[in-house]
Amino acid sequence: MMKKDYSILIGGEAGQGSRKAGLMIAKLFSELGYNIFIYDDYQSLIRGGHSFSHIRVSDKKVLSHREKIDFLLALDKNTVDKHKKDLDKEGIIIYNSDEISLRNKNAVGIEMDKIVEEFKGTSIMGNTALMAGFAKIIGIDWKIIEKLFKKEFKKYQKINLKIARKSFDSLENIIKVKRINKKGSILLTGNEAISLGAVKAGLDFYFAYPMTPASGILHYLAKHKKEFNVAVSQLENEVGIVNAALGAAYAGSRTMVGTSGGGFALMTEGLSLAAQSEIPLVIVESQRMSPGSGVATYNGQGDLLFALTAGHGDILRFVIAPGDAEESFYWSGKILNLSWKYQTPSILLVDKEVSESTFSFDEKVLEKVKYEKPLFWNKKGSYSRYKNTKKGISPLAFPGEKDQVIKSNSYEHDELGITVEDEKSVEKMQKKRLRKFEEMKKEVDKLEAVKIFGNKNSQKAIIAWGSTKGPAKEIAEKLGIKMIYPIVLQPFPEKQMRDALKGVKKIALIETNGTGQMGEVLARFGVKIDKKILKYNARPFLPEEIGRELSKF
Amino acid sequence: MPDKKIKLDIYSKNTWCPGCSNFGILAVLKNVISSLIKDGVKKENIVLVSGIGCSSKIIDYINLNSFSSLHGRPVVSAEGIKLGNPDLKVIVCAGDGGTYNEGISHLIHAAKRNIDITVLIHNNRNFALTTSQFTAVSPKGFKGRSTPEGSVEEPFNPLELMLSSNASFIARGYAFKLNHLGRLIKEGINHKGFSFIDILQPCISFFDETDSYKERIYEVEEDNLDSKKQALKKIEKWDYESEKSKIPIGIFYKEKRSAYEEALLGKLNPSKRNRKINLKKIID
Repeated sequence: MMKKDYSILIGGEAGQGSRKAGLMIAKLFSELGYNIFIYDDYQSLIRGGHSFSHIRVSDKKVLSHREKIDFLLALDKNTVDKHKKDLDKEGIIIYNSDEISLRNKNAVGIEMDKIVEEFKGTSIMGNTALMAGFAKIIGIDWKIIEKLFKKEFKKYQKINLKIARKSFDSLENIIKVKRINKKGSILLTGNEAISLGAVKAGLDFYFAYPMTPASGILHYLAKHKKEFNVAVSQLENEVGIVNAALGAAYAGSRTMVGTSGGGFALMTEGLSLAAQSEIPLVIVESQRMSPGSGVATYNGQGDLLFALTAGHGDILRFVIAPGDAEESFYWSGKILNLSWKYQTPSILLVDKEVSESTFSFDEKVLEKVKYEKPLFWNKKGSYSRYKNTKKGISPLAFPGEKDQVIKSNSYEHDELGITVEDEKSVEKMQKKRLRKFEEMKKEVDKLEAVKIFGNKNSQKAIIAWGSTKGPAKEIAEKLGIKMIYPIVLQPFPEKQMRDALKGVKKIALIETNGTGQMGEVLARFGVKIDKKILKYNARPFLPEEIGRELSKF
Repeated sequence: MPDKKIKLDIYSKNTWCPGCSNFGILAVLKNVISSLIKDGVKKENIVLVSGIGCSSKIIDYINLNSFSSLHGRPVVSAEGIKLGNPDLKVIVCAGDGGTYNEGISHLIHAAKRNIDITVLIHNNRNFALTTSQFTAVSPKGFKGRSTPEGSVEEPFNPLELMLSSNASFIARGYAFKLNHLGRLIKEGINHKGFSFIDILQPCISFFDETDSYKERIYEVEEDNLDSKKQALKKIEKWDYESEKSKIPIGIFYKEKRSAYEEALLGKLNPSKRNRKINLKKIID
């Protein structure tokens, strides 16, 4: 059988353009009908160091990279040294023969420096020579490459094409990668999908302060704000961001903010204000590894318990953790709608692996999100921002409503929004919000809050959440065991989880954190974990790693 | 006098100390708002924003749209409101503690970006509602409950800070000079861009400077208002530390500059945009 699942690793120093080249290689394969997943690994520096993209292409949907590499594309020597141990037996190394010489029989050198020099290019154009050379080796038509280069390089297009052609012509074809489909789907990072989902659900205003790995949302929306007709603003700090977002929502704009753990810590006072003032607020929290500044450009799932409990006072918030780009799109839109329906803070909890990885994205998913109208005031009688209703949800109105006053209050308040302190009034408002919490719980029952993958009848189950979905699902399907995957994490989908666990005798928990935080959440609902499979070196799980752990299970 | 038809009174119970100078600011603010409405500003488009502290209770005492923010955050909440719907007139009432201590970064950045909001600081030069501790504008030696032997810090001059932060309207008023204060506030609100008015507001319970202010306050000559040099000269007449020097009140600086919300949003009003979008078309 013809192989249809390849892994390509392209690496170099920061500034050599390995990420851009990786994305172009992915587009090349996408053009041939392959499904794509790209894992991008880079350090917190501008020049030097080591960055690489691991591009997996397959005829099946893939959400994770693997251990073994079929093609190692090295922009520098360091890339060869670091990754040749992961090269498959049949794997091929493609390298810069002007920098190093390799004696391996399956290594192909390209005179990258010489070719670039010949056309008076700049050193970053070495990646053009590398990409074109690789395309020749795997038997891709020049026409396809030319088309892609013309699309991707608006600047210095001629030079890049000359370099590409020279490199292409200098090499021999070794294997033939087959076209497997007419055309692949579009490629999106998790951050791009989050942005698009929110825009589709009626996002009006995105506020953010830069923080990896959430900055991609800020960059993407800032770049496309005219096409989307949305507003984007970067303010002085995360405290400012969250409070400005609440102000804008009070004024009638659907807002979202994005950050990572450290910025989220600063936003918690705003989360609490949102709960008390009943103002819709969506916070995208894209986690990275470790407390403090942690490992800034690497992955982790250590903020789960923080997201579930952040903010002073009694607060129920939606916490939703999508695990790939399609889910990110869907749940980003959904959480914005839910936040407005219930006038509540909510957190879209992702991580570096979801935010910055690139996925094939099925365009049909675009139709699954729409703007859902929240409960607006019917314009009869006089308006009270905190009207004491049966379900605890008070109709919305915004400043500008003739003959009405809209009073939002951070203090405990009466129905109009005037500050109160007496026990009767305080309890009345608390009860109103508690009734709303009950409605939020009922809402979760209506959502697909827990998914099941793999062998549904297996007595052995693994539980994974967020970005761990990709590698866990792949191995669960391969080994024929059940995988339970909660997506809505607050209000916790108790009933759906109970149903999912029916018939399960043994449970293994898979998380990229050091303490097994999901295990603590499950324990609250009486679910006992038999084995914890944890990884906390700031790198995502690979399916093979989980497989080895499960072989002892 | 406020126009009865405009209905700015409300049922809430006022909890300021009897005789508090905030009553003066409340009366002035109601007057100014009545007059703005008579000038054609829609009542429903005015929003008051406050934080926490005696000053911030004011929003409960006026029948207007209001947003009670957190301690130190009303300036940035107000920015959000203005950005969310640029048609609104947004006025912040906040204290010196919240604005000059907890939320100082927001004040500086709001001035820098020249967003069209008006910030009124009820400056009683201490944290009063928490039973008196020193703030950034309490004089050195201030004896509050956290500094029984006197604060060891010197105050900063908020007007000087605002000038160096590029605020486009800088003024100081006095809570017991009602007509003068009313003129400042109205001019501040009508100023397109960031307007800042520090209002000396004696705290009759914990830091009563009424007698001292009465002797020292004088109205500054409002000339060469677009000169930073001149403004600084006038602002430096009093440093919030000296108990003897004269205290100028009035407008110190005023310049025309494009407002942040216009520069950022152009014609877009985020709260009134069309939310229908064909993503497929854009992505392809």
